[in-house]
Amino acid sequence: MLEASNLECVRGERSLFAGVGFRLDGGEMLYVQGKNGSGKTSLLRMLCALTPAASGEIRWRGGPIGKLGEEFRSELCYLGHQNAIKEELTPLENLLSSARLAQEALDEDAALDALALVGLRGREDLACRYLSQGQKRRAALARLVNEKRALWVLDEPYVALDPVAVELVAGLIGAHLQAGGLAVLTTHQAVTVPAGAVRELWLGDSDATQRSQ
Amino acid sequence: MTDRVINWYKYASPQTFYPLAGKLIPWFWALAALFGIAGLAIGFLIAPTDAQQGEGYRIIFLHVPASWLSMFIYLVMAFWAGIGLAFNIRLSGMMASALAPTGALFAFLSLWTGALWGKPMWGTWWVWDARLTSELILLFLYIGFIALQAAIDDPRRADKAGAILALVGVVNIPIIYFSVKWWNTLHQGASVSLTKAPSMAAMMLWGMLLCALACWMYSIAIALMRVRTIMLERERHTDWVRELLSGNGHDMSRHS
Amino acid sequence: MLILLRAVIGRDLRLAMRRQADIVAAMFFFIIVVSLFPLGVGPEPDQLRRMAPGVLWVAALLATMLSLPRLFADDHRDGTLEQLALAPQPLGVIVLGKVIAHWLVAGLPLVVLAPVLGIQFDLSRDALLVLTVSLLVGTPALSGIGAIGAALTLGVRGGGVLLSLLVLPLYIPVLIFGAGAVDATLSGLGPQAHLSLLGALALGGVFFAPWPTAAALRVALE
Repeated sequence: MLEASNLECVRGERSLFAGVGFRLDGGEMLYVQGKNGSGKTSLLRMLCALTPAASGEIRWRGGPIGKLGEEFRSELCYLGHQNAIKEELTPLENLLSSARLAQEALDEDAALDALALVGLRGREDLACRYLSQGQKRRAALARLVNEKRALWVLDEPYVALDPVAVELVAGLIGAHLQAGGLAVLTTHQAVTVPAGAVRELWLGDSDATQRSQ
Repeated sequence: MTDRVINWYKYASPQTFYPLAGKLIPWFWALAALFGIAGLAIGFLIAPTDAQQGEGYRIIFLHVPASWLSMFIYLVMAFWAGIGLAFNIRLSGMMASALAPTGALFAFLSLWTGALWGKPMWGTWWVWDARLTSELILLFLYIGFIALQAAIDDPRRADKAGAILALVGVVNIPIIYFSVKWWNTLHQGASVSLTKAPSMAAMMLWGMLLCALACWMYSIAIALMRVRTIMLERERHTDWVRELLSGNGHDMSRHS
Repeated sequence: MLILLRAVIGRDLRLAMRRQADIVAAMFFFIIVVSLFPLGVGPEPDQLRRMAPGVLWVAALLATMLSLPRLFADDHRDGTLEQLALAPQPLGVIVLGKVIAHWLVAGLPLVVLAPVLGIQFDLSRDALLVLTVSLLVGTPALSGIGAIGAALTLGVRGGGVLLSLLVLPLYIPVLIFGAGAVDATLSGLGPQAHLSLLGALALGGVFFAPWPTAAALRVALE
């Protein structure tokens, strides 16, 4: 469903990587690895059509993502380094607001359940400004609980989380894969996801190599 | 047919355009000199002394071409910027960036010569008539474009942002001109106008046209020179530039 | 699309309500700038009355410009702008929502304050009315056109001043027709022509400007 071929990334004047390609189908997760600065975040942003690739093509369900535009974005969920939550709003308001923007129906009860699941019960009505880093990350990750879109692109989702929360998020990803979704992930922590096939992609050094488990 | 299509794209590559531009530049300088001499000869030697304005009016041979060029260059700049944005052609963006300073220069010249013209005739260095005021705003638009590109480090983002600004500017220029004209006609306190040029003898018109052509040729020459410098700067990590700059042969004499 | 607009406007309004200090500061800026002119040119009533439309309009331009960086910069900083760009709806519509919210929060207070300040300049009742209407019609144009500048200078060095440099020339027609409407009333000519042109600019600023703004945002996010 997701195909990339011959991707090249140029940052400043350096070519971070070139000739990167992979194929990902439903139920599979792509684990992107590489040293710091090898272009992992850039690759993920290319997959979201946020950054254009210097060369190469990315196709979703056969169509180039640039041309698909809204069709592609309606199936994409991206979680970057930043939490994408507004500090002045409460976790509940943030969750409801992002669901509305994504045109997903989410009623308040479901939202409260999701927040409870990520360990924010009792803090749903506190402005996010007063939460700790880990709690803010959980508030951002609460979106994944009810996320029905097919392709998840997650940039270091486990940062600032304690082991319990890490397992929880891994479980969410696993459930998503089991339901036929796809995920592209970068992380410095070795985390096993409970379900789904994992393919690995190494960036940097020489040509990217793709291996699957 | 296919040959011609391929050729076009070939010249869109900086590597091929660089030597081509280098060959063209001297020709444009020559044309500029030719037209310039002819135009200035007419303007300062042949055209008759004006009955009302004496010798001072001759500055219009610089003022009017400068105004025309400042406007024309903005359109060309916006055109190339738009092409660069729509078709993702780096060279077009570089061309737009190369044109901007020249356009700004002509806008400034137009204002300055306008002031020099106005002082002996109307007694003031500046008059808020529609044309001068629009010219001033055009200068602001140029400065905005140049400042925006200067402030953005990534050249590709600078090109794209500049292109959007230039296109928005092009759409706004008629609106701005119309509104300034409106403003000027309503506030009829300032009844002097530098646009009330003396009725043109044919000779004067020829003089202005030739000077305008000279300015146009000069602009092309300067823009080509500037774009070559921009190319060298932006593509300095590519092989062809490295070869060029390492003193590999004849091209060293071409760029100053 | 209306649901999306309501969601975007609702969110931005809620955020603005939690950061009221920003709005109030902009309003006081407007008041201070307007008060500077009599201090600068002297209290002679005839002169002030003639200057008033221009002064109030220029102050409104400057006050709007102060609030423009906030339009996208906060969202850019915390990553929500990216999410908006990834939403399955046209970014132009989302920008339209933000422009409307910006006008409600930054433009409308100016419309409310202007007649009060106009009294300081001894404007007649008719002139005050036309002044208020002209600002009501013109400030949406300022928000719309200003959004283009805010998007182009997102995250760029020298942001605020560069923004002014880009946007103020584009504001000039709005200024001319806005202040001109009040002048026309003062000289007995009737403001209709000015106000209709102003209305046209407002429509252009609100409905056309979001598209180059969206393009500029995508460029900024690359």
